[in-house]
Amino acid sequence: MHLNPRGCHFVGFANVCLLLFLLISLTPSTFAQDEPDSTKSVKSAPLNPPTNIEVSDTPNDAGGSITIQWTEPIPSEGKDIKGYRIFRAESVDGKPGKYKMVGSVVTTKTRFKDGNVDDDLDYFYQVAAVYTASVIEGQELETLAKSRTSSKGNSSAQWFDFRRVNVFVGVILLCGFILYYISRAKAGEKLFIRKIAGLEAVDEAVGRATEMGKKIFFIPGINDMNDVQTIAGVSILGRVAEVAATYETYIEVPVARSLVLVTAKEVVKEAYSKVGRPEAFHEDQVHYLTDDQFGYAAGIDGMVVREEPATIFFMGAFYAESLILSETGNSIGAIQIAGTAMPAQLPFFVAACDYTLIGEELFAASAYLSREPKLLGSLKGQDMGKAIVLVAIIIGILLETFNIWDLSKLFKVTG
Amino acid sequence: MRREIPLIITGVVGVVFLLQYFIPHWPFDEMSGWFSDWFSIVQAFAIWLGALNLLKISAQKVIGKKSDWGFAVVIIVSFLIIVIVGLTGGEGYRETGTGFSWLYKYVYSSLSATMFSILAFFVASASYRAFRARNFEATLLLVSAFFVMLGRVPVGDNISFFLPDEYQLSQIANWIMTWPQTAGQRAIMIGIALGLVSTSLRIILGIERSYLGGGD
Repeated sequence: MHLNPRGCHFVGFANVCLLLFLLISLTPSTFAQDEPDSTKSVKSAPLNPPTNIEVSDTPNDAGGSITIQWTEPIPSEGKDIKGYRIFRAESVDGKPGKYKMVGSVVTTKTRFKDGNVDDDLDYFYQVAAVYTASVIEGQELETLAKSRTSSKGNSSAQWFDFRRVNVFVGVILLCGFILYYISRAKAGEKLFIRKIAGLEAVDEAVGRATEMGKKIFFIPGINDMNDVQTIAGVSILGRVAEVAATYETYIEVPVARSLVLVTAKEVVKEAYSKVGRPEAFHEDQVHYLTDDQFGYAAGIDGMVVREEPATIFFMGAFYAESLILSETGNSIGAIQIAGTAMPAQLPFFVAACDYTLIGEELFAASAYLSREPKLLGSLKGQDMGKAIVLVAIIIGILLETFNIWDLSKLFKVTG
Repeated sequence: MRREIPLIITGVVGVVFLLQYFIPHWPFDEMSGWFSDWFSIVQAFAIWLGALNLLKISAQKVIGKKSDWGFAVVIIVSFLIIVIVGLTGGEGYRETGTGFSWLYKYVYSSLSATMFSILAFFVASASYRAFRARNFEATLLLVSAFFVMLGRVPVGDNISFFLPDEYQLSQIANWIMTWPQTAGQRAIMIGIALGLVSTSLRIILGIERSYLGGGD
């Protein structure tokens, strides 16, 4: 069959159209190259959005935060929910303004905390479920199903953090006991306090240095005055310095912090004045070495080896240098009394020192050495706190063992 | 007034720190930050007290040719070198390649690491003394230490290969660390926490004043 030239043109045009159609229908990815993102939003058939959008002020905070909660939608047939996106709009004349996305959460969560809001403004929220629409040639297409606009919400600061109410009750109880026993001690009641070997040995240790005609070293730890352990250490220093001044024994206090230097100097000076020997105090007795942990340890080790003090006190906060210091002291045969509330360092001091004040004994030392009724009363109150904890532990063990109730919940702080 | 003002400051700051734990509302949520900033500022200025004290005492030793005055020379020279190199290095004195960074990396870090590494030898000597079976408690400590130390190294399981899995030395070590050790440590921690509260309360109320110098 022969076709005329016009017929040939028509067939050729039809063939090109067919080819183009086939190309378009078979290779959609060619046109997707214009979209650099791996995802793109498309309109799709109605999908179930999240429902019951609840907007509330985040509790127990300093304001600036709103919590949004919603009910998970039942996914539309054949579609998966990838997560949720949260949109926020400021209230303009009581109506939502322009929505902006403020965050997203994974599909397992149905709660979002918007921590970037102003307490003076009202806000509306929408939550969108992100559905996976289809995957074509590795390109994931997604679509959003937005919820209805929530009711208006705003944030505010609270005056009490109710997550810490158990701590509050504990503090009130403990403070109550301490104040009660202080008042009883002030009224003249004699309070029993058990013997603490390490503190009983203070006089003996200072006496030994006096007999040997050697120095006493007092190391108040490596933390600053904002650590209660350092304060406890400096309080003990006052009592030790008094005994040393009475026995006319030289006490040297190398410190690692400038504020401790000022405080310790004042304390030692006062101790010398108190026993009527202010002229025996030398400014150089309390001196600064360095803030650096191992520099301080090296400095003290050098002084200990060269000067061979008869007695060394370690009272305060110590870290890895505890054993370096106490072993060096042990190597020269000094009598050593240590006290710290760092649980990890206690075994080292126990191994290397003659006496160790374990944790609470460090804090009790000042009261123990001074025998002041007010201070002793506080120790008795502290013991009452310990008794309560002990009873709670026993009851908790019984309740837990017989699977009745988890008492430890009462002692947990959630925030 | 010399005593009252520090006591008032301590009491007020202590109460604020206590309240801010329970009250998230302004100004309490920010007050602890303010006080911490003030402490840092005071601390930063106070560093000069320490530095000058160190230089003064070292200089006195050198001038008076007191015993071991050579070490005081090392202190003064080291102090001056690090200060001069740091100050002449300008704003970027801590950047890699500067003199300060070189001193920090090759002198300071090496010396610190040396001091820290000495700890290994001290642990050995202290353990040797501590693990003597002098009485029942010391024997318990010795036995526990034996299991824990062996259980922490691969050879522990190798020498106990014939035992069931739950009685391998590593498992025994884990049991000791998880139960008796944790129980003991928690008991100490409870005592420390109560002691901290009690001491803090004494300081806030002004009952404990010995850290200010003198007893009363």
